[in-house]
Amino acid sequence: MLWRNIPIVLIVLPLFISSLTAVLKPAAARTLMLGVNALCVILSALLLYKTVSLGTAFAVKMGEVGAPFGNELYISSAEALTCLAFDLIELLSLTAAFRRADEEIHTNRRGLFFTVCSLLLAALNALTLTNDLFTGYVFIEITTIAAGALIFVRSREGALFASMRYMIMNLLGSGLFLLGLAVLYALTGQLLFPQMQEAVTLLEATGEYGVPLTASLLLLTLGLAIKSALYPFHTWLPNAYSLATPAASSLLSSLVSKAYIFLYIKLVLRGIGLKAYMSSGAGDVVFVYAAFAIVLGSVDAIREHNIRRMISYSSVAQIGYIFLAAAIGTVNGICACVFQMLAHSAAKAMLFPAADRLSEVSGGNENFRDLRGSGYRAPLAGAAFTVGAFSITGIPLLGGFSAKLFITEAAVYAGGLKLYAVLAALAASTVLNVVYFLRTVVTVYRKSAVFSDKADKTAHPLSAAALCVFILLNLMLGAGAGGIMNIIRNGIGFWTLGV
Amino acid sequence: MNSITEKLKSFIDNGIDALDDEMLSELGAPETKQAPLKPEKPQRQAFHIAAKSRLGRCLHLCSGVLLCAALISLMLLTVSRLPAFGHPDTLSHNEVSEFYVENGVKDTGAVNIVTSIILNYRGFDTLGESHVLFIAVCAVMILLRNSPTDRSTLLSAYANGDDKDEPHDDLILFAGGRIAVPLILMFGLYIILNGNISPGGGFSGGAVIGAGLILYLSIYGYPASSRFMNITTFRAVSASALMSYCAFKTYHFICGYNGLESVFTRGVPGSIFSGGMLLYLNIFVGAVVAMTMYALFTLFRKGDF
Repeated sequence: MLWRNIPIVLIVLPLFISSLTAVLKPAAARTLMLGVNALCVILSALLLYKTVSLGTAFAVKMGEVGAPFGNELYISSAEALTCLAFDLIELLSLTAAFRRADEEIHTNRRGLFFTVCSLLLAALNALTLTNDLFTGYVFIEITTIAAGALIFVRSREGALFASMRYMIMNLLGSGLFLLGLAVLYALTGQLLFPQMQEAVTLLEATGEYGVPLTASLLLLTLGLAIKSALYPFHTWLPNAYSLATPAASSLLSSLVSKAYIFLYIKLVLRGIGLKAYMSSGAGDVVFVYAAFAIVLGSVDAIREHNIRRMISYSSVAQIGYIFLAAAIGTVNGICACVFQMLAHSAAKAMLFPAADRLSEVSGGNENFRDLRGSGYRAPLAGAAFTVGAFSITGIPLLGGFSAKLFITEAAVYAGGLKLYAVLAALAASTVLNVVYFLRTVVTVYRKSAVFSDKADKTAHPLSAAALCVFILLNLMLGAGAGGIMNIIRNGIGFWTLGV
Repeated sequence: MNSITEKLKSFIDNGIDALDDEMLSELGAPETKQAPLKPEKPQRQAFHIAAKSRLGRCLHLCSGVLLCAALISLMLLTVSRLPAFGHPDTLSHNEVSEFYVENGVKDTGAVNIVTSIILNYRGFDTLGESHVLFIAVCAVMILLRNSPTDRSTLLSAYANGDDKDEPHDDLILFAGGRIAVPLILMFGLYIILNGNISPGGGFSGGAVIGAGLILYLSIYGYPASSRFMNITTFRAVSASALMSYCAFKTYHFICGYNGLESVFTRGVPGSIFSGGMLLYLNIFVGAVVAMTMYALFTLFRKGDF
């Protein structure tokens, strides 16, 4: 039974060391942070093993008194899997850009960089595991400030402007979320998800307070959509992702936005109830935005020649997929959404360090035309970039393909107008993805007139190892898609049953 | 002076316009050829938007105004339809608040129900909230503390006349501070220590202490306050308070979840040493809040401690 305490440790341990890293020397802070991160990976893997093998889901009360009076965490196999993925990807992102972080972050800030990273780790775990909407808000605040600090930690002036833009948009998102939360609390008097759902069902049945309920759902959705950069609110994203240090770009694109989305689907499915949420119309708003995001994000990526900005715009399109799957409005769609989230995190977190390494061996050029032959000079980064690009494009055997398959499957079961919209958006975006990703992959493997094709062996061994694990992770998400989807389905099955 | 403070200065002087153009040129955006504009009134700068053409600006502005109007009317409509505050028939009047009122003192031993809610029942949220303060200071330190200077360099700079921001010998101010500062600090301590028996607690008491320290700095100047409030004090107090807070709460979570008996006894409700660990938690929260307030003030004042 001792393993049931793991969720508490997953959140409290990174919080505890965050203040310790602030007083340690940078090198010691890094060792401590990465060590604790590795420990969190092991613990969440153990948690996943236990929840899957026992086929159980449980709530952890934080104190003597549980729901509906005190804070609670809730763990099913879906949460455990997401937690494992987040922790693993954070560890890999930080090691993949191991030396790069040293070069780009001033010594005075490096210790605090790891403080921010460990707080981010705690916040990601808390957002994944929480069973309480207000706890969600508190850790959204930590995530927001941590992400802002991750952008301006690099001593590059553009990064300061990018983080300012990020902060303005994201604080607007937090504000809207808090407004929605306050209205919902005034209506239901509950903050814990299961009790909140009971109250919302009751309100829905009596038809009382229809306007405030719809307004609060719209505000909550809008707040989280702004924060995870859904299409019309994505303007802060390209600069933020492309000007931050590569490790920070990986963390921001693959984890920060995903944690908000995970909280969103938890709120929809557990806190409000899928039926009530979809009948409020907020789901349809998200669906339309997401369909636009998929197409227009890809178009923007094609127009971009800077490789990191290209990858950033591709995130806009991928966030669109995730919200599209969630907004189909079925449990199948939500499961596909979680899978797409994992597939995109694994691919995108690998693309940023790989692209950075490719431009490093090309004399620091970030324009994709200047990367000719870099795939030969940095073979591992070239392979990682290719795998990531193929996964996001949707080539079979990789995570992205299975994700698109699951989304289509969910849309087929749902039927109706949404089926055609999903199919059209997927088809259009796959073609567009091929255009910008394959042109880059082909360029990377063309002979260069300027540089020799000899392999450059200056990569840090830890970074190389992290890229290898990333490639394996992407292959695993493709090859083991069925098994992983079963874990997600079982976990989310518990969500709809209640505790 | 380092580049970031220069940037901030130019931002303050020229407003958002200068900042945005600079950013565009930095990002390599194509420079649009502009006809020499008529000198604009300074108020227009507040409405600076990315679109360069006149029509684009106008559309941008109109859609922004419409969006705001829509949001305002939505919120007004929502507020007008909300259940009446405190009405007994609404769902928000439920077993949760009754439980807090009935069992608060019995469960936690704290007479102040607010303290028992924020530090016991919903203590996990408050733990997160304290770390929000901590990460805010960390972010400001990353942003402003580019080149940490040790105290002796700063002091010698002051001695050489770079002290225009420092207060000068002002007898009335000094005498007033001698009375006010100790009173404020004592009152802050009182609020923290009585957090479990009267209104107040770590957050409010910490804010009072932080304000007292800021007042001390403003009256007596950097050389005096840096004798005891510097980066070492900040790190030691903040980190140890947060770590102890985290450890105490972990013990509470683990004991509570596994049904173990805590070593912290509830005591006699109404006395200082009651409410189990709540007194200690209040002290930790108070320390974190006071340090955060002082650190934010001094970082924005000098860019360093």
